[in-house]
Amino acid sequence: MEDNLIPLSSLKKKTTGKITSIDGGHQIKKRLQAMGIYDGTYVSVKTKQPFHGPLTIEVRGTQMTIGRGMANKIRVEVIE
Amino acid sequence: MGNPNVGKSVVFSRLTGAQVISSNYPGTTVDFSKGKMRLNNETVEIIDAPGTYSLEASNRAEQVASDIMKEADVVICVIDATNLERNLYLCLELLEQNIPMVIALNLWDETKHLGIHIDEKKLEELLEVPVIPTVALTGEGIKDLVEKINDASSPEKIKPTSQEGRWIEIGQTIKQVEHVEHRHHTIRDTISDITIKPLTGLPIAIAIIFTAFWFVRLIGENLISYIFEPLFEQVYRPFITSFADTLGEGFLYNFLISQTYGTIDFVESLGMITTGLYVPIAMVLPYIVAFYFILSLLEDTGYLPRLATLVDNIFHKLGMHGYGIVPVFLGLGCNVPGMLATRTLETRKQRFIAATLLSVSVPCVAQTSLIFAMFSDEKIQGNLSYAPIIYILMVFTTLLCLYFIVGYILNRFIKGESPEIFLEIPSYRTPHLKTTLKKTWMRIKWFIKDAVPWMFFGVFLINILYTIGVIQFLAELFKPLMNTLFGLPGETSIVLISGFLRKDLAVGTLLSFPAGTFSSFQLVIIATMLTMFFPCVATFAVMIKELGIKDMLRSVLIMITVATTVGIILRLILL
Repeated sequence: MEDNLIPLSSLKKKTTGKITSIDGGHQIKKRLQAMGIYDGTYVSVKTKQPFHGPLTIEVRGTQMTIGRGMANKIRVEVIE
Repeated sequence: MGNPNVGKSVVFSRLTGAQVISSNYPGTTVDFSKGKMRLNNETVEIIDAPGTYSLEASNRAEQVASDIMKEADVVICVIDATNLERNLYLCLELLEQNIPMVIALNLWDETKHLGIHIDEKKLEELLEVPVIPTVALTGEGIKDLVEKINDASSPEKIKPTSQEGRWIEIGQTIKQVEHVEHRHHTIRDTISDITIKPLTGLPIAIAIIFTAFWFVRLIGENLISYIFEPLFEQVYRPFITSFADTLGEGFLYNFLISQTYGTIDFVESLGMITTGLYVPIAMVLPYIVAFYFILSLLEDTGYLPRLATLVDNIFHKLGMHGYGIVPVFLGLGCNVPGMLATRTLETRKQRFIAATLLSVSVPCVAQTSLIFAMFSDEKIQGNLSYAPIIYILMVFTTLLCLYFIVGYILNRFIKGESPEIFLEIPSYRTPHLKTTLKKTWMRIKWFIKDAVPWMFFGVFLINILYTIGVIQFLAELFKPLMNTLFGLPGETSIVLISGFLRKDLAVGTLLSFPAGTFSSFQLVIIATMLTMFFPCVATFAVMIKELGIKDMLRSVLIMITVATTVGIILRLILL
């Protein structure tokens, strides 16, 4: 089970994960939450930009681009 | 109020009859607009707030939205029906504020294409506020919306709760009102995928940008040669010639028509109503028209957030994030809207870098068309050893490199945070030609109303300074510097100094020197420095407003230092 927990940034393309924790400041958590990203949310990775660029993810049918650093702080459980 | 990119501004313009710009990317309405509408035979004021995902603001545009809400009597919450779940979050936050509210379920027509079924009656029942499906673009449902404003209510049921609490409520609501059919991968999804994947996305981005600028030139040139030139040559010239004859020689003639008595040349005469009118109207405006049309088209499709994703990496090194490309794009048209767009960046550091880079190395259409005009002038061309485009490319490459170098340095030395990109990628929409044209027209109108008067003011001021000899005095003062620092003939000082207020005059002055005064590389240096030095009075005014006096002065100091340094470096390389 523990092995399944990885940062969102390490989630492979076209796979889905379930958020288990967000390790960030109050400010970041608030912004993510306003967009519907919080513990228990399902996230899938659409694309990743090279050289530590941002990730494009899909949450609740909406696509968004999120910086790599931010994605590093989000831990997910790999689903498929 | 509502999330970004849900059509608030279109709803607003439907309600008020006012024309407001909307586009398929977050952050068009960075300021609020006010309008009036008739309601129950009374005139009420209605405000279009910038889009926000939450009342807890993360940038200045969102702060504006949150502040406006506090003063409202009734809130119209505009929701993107294709994205109900996310949109309901702000809705719940608003409901917790106990302000009477109605909900407009906008983009209702899109839900049908996407196989989304929403039970709006059930939603109304659950939230206890009126819910009206609308298609703002066509005006469907707007009448209903107006009628229901009277029924706006603030339900007792919804109590302030935590963020998680809201999402749980939303989850339960969605289960009861929304049903989504399984969706096949559409062409739209495929296009969306290939334009954001780095491997295919980057070449596509380069192709799109090149095509866009190619079209801008094509449209602009045709507008000039078929409409604006003939207008000036055939209609305006006879009029101005007879006017000049009645005026006769003297101070007024010099001020209005030309510094030298004789045939009028629209570019070189430098009078208020000759060059002063010709340059902004016949040389700049056509490109403004072309530029805004193409930009509006690009915006409406929803391409820009994808471009922001692709370039995020580069912009991150410059202390901004991918969204920093939006001010650059707008700035290539006119620096003023570019400055305003810096508001969508989150921190002071990011805004400062974006604004400074914009004024230093992003040429507006006026500057660009003057650079083109300068190198395509016959007199100048006789002196060039290569095709004009080579020199023009040299100027632009220098500016582009500067953008990166200066940005990189500023990022190192300016304190403050640079948050990462976090941006919604809207689905592609087919632009609605009428809306795009309307938007283009709005922007042109804005340009004529807000930017052109400043240009005239510059013309006016400089013509006075010229006539009383201040410019000549300053030029004389800086003459020796020109040669020692930049390897330019002393006469250039007058070009650069008048360029502070009037780029058109600068080019006009340049062209009025006898052929062979400048070598081709000297012209490259002059063109580059002219672009980098003071943007224009209008941009200046906005910079003070956006950055504050202190930061504006710092920004100007950076600009002068950079422009001088670059002048010296170019001299060492080229001459």
